[in-house]
Amino acid sequence: MTAQKERLIVVGNGMAGIRTVEELLARAPDRYDITVFGAEPHPNYNRIMLSPVLAGEKSFEQIILNDRAWYEANGITLLTGEPVEAIDRAARTVTSLSGRTLGYDRLLLATGSMPFIIPVPGATLPGVIGFRDLADVETMLEAAAKGGRAVVIGGGLLGLEAANGLALKGMDVTVVHLMPTLMERQLDPSAGTLLQRELEARGITVLTGADTAEIIGGGIGGSERVTAVRLKDGRELPADLVVMAVGIRPNIALGKAAGLDCGRGIKVDDAMRTSDPAIHAVGECVEHRGVTWGLVAPLFEMAKVLAERLAGGTEAAYAGSVTSTKLKVTGVDVFSAGDFSGGEGTEDIVFRDAARGVYKRLVLKDNRLLGAVLYGDTRDGPWYFSLLKDGADVSAERDTLIFGQGFGGGEAASPAAAVAALPDSAEICGCNGVCKGTITAAIRDKGLTSLDEVRAHTKASASCGSCTGMVETLLAATLGDGYAAAPAVKPMCKCTTHGHDAVRAAIVAHGLKTMSDVFQALEWSTPDGCASCRPALNYYLLCAWPGEYRDDYQSRFINERAHANIQKDGTYSVVPRMWGGLTSASELRAIADVVEKFAIPTVKVTGGQRIDLFGVKKEDLPAVWADLNAAGMVSGHAYAKGLRTVKTCVGSEWCRFGTQDSTGLGVKLEKMTWGTWTPHKVKLAVSGCPRNCAEATIKDLGVVCVDSGYELHVGGNGGMHVRACDLLAKVATEEEVLEYTGAFLQLYREEARYLERTAPWVERVGLDHIRRRLVGDAGGRRALHARFLFSQSFSQEDPWAERAARGVDRHEFAPLAELVG
Amino acid sequence: MDQMIAWTEVGSVADIPRQGSRVVKTAFGDVALFRTATDEVFALEDRCPHKGGPLSQGIVHGRRVTCPLHNWVIELATGEAVAPDEGCAGHVPVRIEGGVISLALAARTPGRGGCHG
Repeated sequence: MTAQKERLIVVGNGMAGIRTVEELLARAPDRYDITVFGAEPHPNYNRIMLSPVLAGEKSFEQIILNDRAWYEANGITLLTGEPVEAIDRAARTVTSLSGRTLGYDRLLLATGSMPFIIPVPGATLPGVIGFRDLADVETMLEAAAKGGRAVVIGGGLLGLEAANGLALKGMDVTVVHLMPTLMERQLDPSAGTLLQRELEARGITVLTGADTAEIIGGGIGGSERVTAVRLKDGRELPADLVVMAVGIRPNIALGKAAGLDCGRGIKVDDAMRTSDPAIHAVGECVEHRGVTWGLVAPLFEMAKVLAERLAGGTEAAYAGSVTSTKLKVTGVDVFSAGDFSGGEGTEDIVFRDAARGVYKRLVLKDNRLLGAVLYGDTRDGPWYFSLLKDGADVSAERDTLIFGQGFGGGEAASPAAAVAALPDSAEICGCNGVCKGTITAAIRDKGLTSLDEVRAHTKASASCGSCTGMVETLLAATLGDGYAAAPAVKPMCKCTTHGHDAVRAAIVAHGLKTMSDVFQALEWSTPDGCASCRPALNYYLLCAWPGEYRDDYQSRFINERAHANIQKDGTYSVVPRMWGGLTSASELRAIADVVEKFAIPTVKVTGGQRIDLFGVKKEDLPAVWADLNAAGMVSGHAYAKGLRTVKTCVGSEWCRFGTQDSTGLGVKLEKMTWGTWTPHKVKLAVSGCPRNCAEATIKDLGVVCVDSGYELHVGGNGGMHVRACDLLAKVATEEEVLEYTGAFLQLYREEARYLERTAPWVERVGLDHIRRRLVGDAGGRRALHARFLFSQSFSQEDPWAERAARGVDRHEFAPLAELVG
Repeated sequence: MDQMIAWTEVGSVADIPRQGSRVVKTAFGDVALFRTATDEVFALEDRCPHKGGPLSQGIVHGRRVTCPLHNWVIELATGEAVAPDEGCAGHVPVRIEGGVISLALAARTPGRGGCHG
């Protein structure tokens, strides 16, 4: 037998306590026999990620830091759902609520904090909660599932994260904040105002300078529950749920009852020792040099010091922390660090770009950075923070300091170059206090090759995750070609790491209404995207917000800007619409006249039964359109990612085999679908009998008329890979054909990726999925069709007429100047 | 040095849409004037070094334009094609005074064709 191990009891299964244990295991794995008491029923989880759980961006499983297997593997006894009730310092024992008494040699108190509940009447009513643990999140999710109204008291970090999460879950949210601007402890008034505007744009009501007087309850038969919040100025805000997020109070009850020295928190020295040398404390429950802490970075710094001491070290000492904060509200970039209150001897450097929603303020004193507030563009936060922590002299770069680290003569440095330029001492992971040198050394020395390994070995990016990108960049820079990031999805383009589906989902989920919203929210790496992502985003926004989103002209390919097809010599071709392939003498005469008048060199009948006029000079386009419009013709959209043609055969009107009026149905389909914007071009066809003269079974949607009705075929094309359609359904009436067609196109519009035709889309999602949505779910089909018609109500305007008669986009067709001769 | 260059006024910055372009017809061919999202203005010969595509018809992003014919990306400041493509669209010096754009047509550097040209 070896010597008896020392017994370490940890009270508190949260981030500070378990981080101490982790650090201790790394230093002295066999020294202690460890028992952990946790009041919550869960294993150790990442409390700062509760906001993303509330917002639905992460699941609880994803924020577990150490599962039960980890405790077992390390020989730790974990007692969850078992709060400790008493400490007997003389006997060196703790006793839990369930009556269990265990002896210790060393005791660690990591009891954290409690949300501060302001003592107004009604504060204890059911439906009034804090935002502190998973149980609170569950209460909020339950309330949100019923919809209704939420009032969040407190416009600080936690309050705003709660408000955002509840709003995303569909509640009508009002934030009540006592101070004149939001997050006044982290942000100056300018940034606070920008933040308020952003939240209001997301539909959250923000009341500043608002003091809560009373929480009102109601209900019948003793089921009294919160119904409203009354402010001191008399306003009454109806509420089904009230979240108090006005601050936290160190949880000192246990320490105080045991007779430890307490102020606002349990008092500790630089070695994290309480007034009883056998008892230590870390985290939010402590008061160190008169200060209490509520952010994660200081807790981890304390944990490191204490682990060192528990492992037998005598040097490690905690001397307080310099902290920075970020708001975990997706799409709102807020960063602040240090002291920005200004005051004597300080100077401000301020950068403001209202159009981009970017605000930066740096506070300097004696040529050293004292504080930083960044809103809208927080990329340089870590760099400013490292300058601030190091107390670096910035006089040499003062002129360009506000533009950030990448600034070097106007060219924006790549993120890789920016990270490469950081000194080894620069802090990469603010939560865990991990600097660049530690990460690169671990990658080199331990042969790490993945993000997970770096997280496991260094803790970098293992908490809030906002530095994940930088850690990946370091991996790539250190390993060179050896590092292959595992992109689960292919990014849309080089401007982003997100795939098409994720971007589409974010546009809808976060209510992103403009392209710059998308760039900001999803952290695009370029200021205004590229020729690949911009047309895609323009389409996604147009599809998501019909009638609301304003089409971005400069994000259209030239064919869609000029409403004609650019050809190899820079001339254009023009296709007037012929409904269902029908034309008339007057239309043909107008076409012939246009051909002669503008000396159009080539006239060709297309595969879609329309007439294509080739070789039109760009400056002639408006005049050509005007003449065609005069004969009653409109654009055939042959240039569009939209409905091109509806090809038909003659059907029952003339054909001896025809079973239905295929031409007439083709005209109806074309009248319903023209002008739509789709992920790629769309072609329809109607054949009057199974001889299929209109080749309907290689179209995006083809109708084959039969005696008993109509067969609907989808997902075909005659492109590079010819694909015959799949049979979707058979229907009896023309009305059903129209409804299915609208619903199919809308499903394609909402789900396919930009530039993905229906054939690859059908193959990717599977015909079963499309059948389920369109055939198996009649209500869903009608809703899709209704959404299609709603969107069409904004898009069926002839673009030629707008330009020919009303001079829309005139600049497109005329030179700026002619200096010839 | 400036006196040596002949500047020709061609229009105002406001005549070019942001992230768009306009064409100036000149004795040696069309010149494409581009205006970026941040209101910088650049001028290139309106011919992609690849197959002569009209760069003025491309999508402008950052300080680059993507040719409408085959998606070559061209640097607006220099006319150089972005690697791996090689070639240069001729570049014309631009001056802006009080929102009025002038070109130094005599000082233009003619373009070189790309790897296919």
